Amino acid sequence: MSAAPAPWLAVDPERCIGSGRCVLSAPAVFDQGDEDGLVRLLDPAPPDALRAGARNAAALCPSGAILVGGAAPQ
Amino acid sequence: MSQPAGTIAHSPDFPLDRPEPLAPPQEYQLLRQERPASRITLYDGSQAWLLTRYEDVRSVLTDLRFSADARRDGFPFVSPAVRASVGGRTPFFRMDPPDHDRIRRMLTRDFMVKNIEALRPQIQQIVDGFLENLLAQPQPADLVREFALPIPSAVIARLLGVPYEDHEYFQSRGQRMLSRDSTLQESAQSVVDLREYIGRLAESRLTDPGDDVLSRLVVEREATGELDREDVKSTGLLLLVAGHETTANMIALSVATLLGHPEQLAALRADPALIGNAVEELLRFLSVVHSGVPRVALEDIEIAGVTVRAGEGVIASIPAANWDPEHFATPEDFDIHRDARRHIAFGFGIHQCLGQPLARVELEIALTTLLRRLPGLRLADGAEYAPEKAVYGLHRLPVAW
Repeated sequence: MSAAPAPWLAVDPERCIGSGRCVLSAPAVFDQGDEDGLVRLLDPAPPDALRAGARNAAALCPSGAILVGGAAPQ
Repeated sequence: MSQPAGTIAHSPDFPLDRPEPLAPPQEYQLLRQERPASRITLYDGSQAWLLTRYEDVRSVLTDLRFSADARRDGFPFVSPAVRASVGGRTPFFRMDPPDHDRIRRMLTRDFMVKNIEALRPQIQQIVDGFLENLLAQPQPADLVREFALPIPSAVIARLLGVPYEDHEYFQSRGQRMLSRDSTLQESAQSVVDLREYIGRLAESRLTDPGDDVLSRLVVEREATGELDREDVKSTGLLLLVAGHETTANMIALSVATLLGHPEQLAALRADPALIGNAVEELLRFLSVVHSGVPRVALEDIEIAGVTVRAGEGVIASIPAANWDPEHFATPEDFDIHRDARRHIAFGFGIHQCLGQPLARVELEIALTTLLRRLPGLRLADGAEYAPEKAVYGLHRLPVAW
């Protein structure tokens, strides 16, 4: 049984505090849930054109709720 | 041990003076280089650590071993006002997980980006209304009184469900609560007054709810037993005061900054699409939470070359971090073209400002509208800065147009 490869991008709503930095950085990649305002991933494998925005969102996320390239930022 | 840096006292009184109204205390530059963790003396004679490097400040704010819980022994208070402001039931931003997270998450929906974006037409209408009031004033007029303070007061009042007609009551008590010049008693009385005020509103919302945050807290959280009335009062007070004081000061300081940098102002007028970037740079440059973020160490922690002992207080300096040349080249240059988005004007970590999407939209609309409608806007004599406020700002900013 081998694990599926980690997606390029993942989010952890449990760690999210709803700052909205990700939505402002990459609105085509991230959303906030209508009921709780916490992070939702719209696209775990965004096209190249959107990856810089997604990386930026990970760097700006205050609570480390965005994981890029299968690893947590920093 | 190293020598004391430059001419800075060994354990200087905090907050340090700011001789330049639009720049942080100049000592921060030397402290960052030579004593990035420095002892400081607080108003009550107690000692704390001041951290001035961007990396260290961010790491304190993301490390839960540095507690935000103001009820813990050793928590550093920079003024009687801050001590009094946690009176009654402590507000959630002075709590640690899980209590902090539990209460904050009751509010994340209201402040999420798409809900704030949906408020743009209402905010524009509020801004337009106060701009008309400003234009009706004899010149020079006070931009703080006519524009910067009423806009965020009216916006947060509407969002929270507080009657704007009461603005003189909640503004005056909010200011007294947060002023370093207030005695402990004066600040504490303001807290009592505002808690009673919010409590009365909450009681009326229980039977007559509206489409507002306070009604939702009472109907969806208090009535279900998730929150008690004391927490509703603390949360409402926090949103009301943080919601108007911070943004009011940012609007007024932003105008003073732009008018003091004519080439930047001209660039923004020439390309209004730069407003988003300009707001981020204004947030970085002004860093209105100038007394920094207080924390208390829960265990011995190595940081910035020192060991902070369990029970010792730490002040993470937001202005010092946002002016760290390692992260923002020539930080003293106000440059609306710079990418300032990694500033920590709203803090960092799980306590980062809940209202930041609202603050950004209010700043964008207020500044854009003011600059568009008043092409001849200029400073008049008599600006009065307010270094004694917990949130840096201006008492008055006379302008003509």
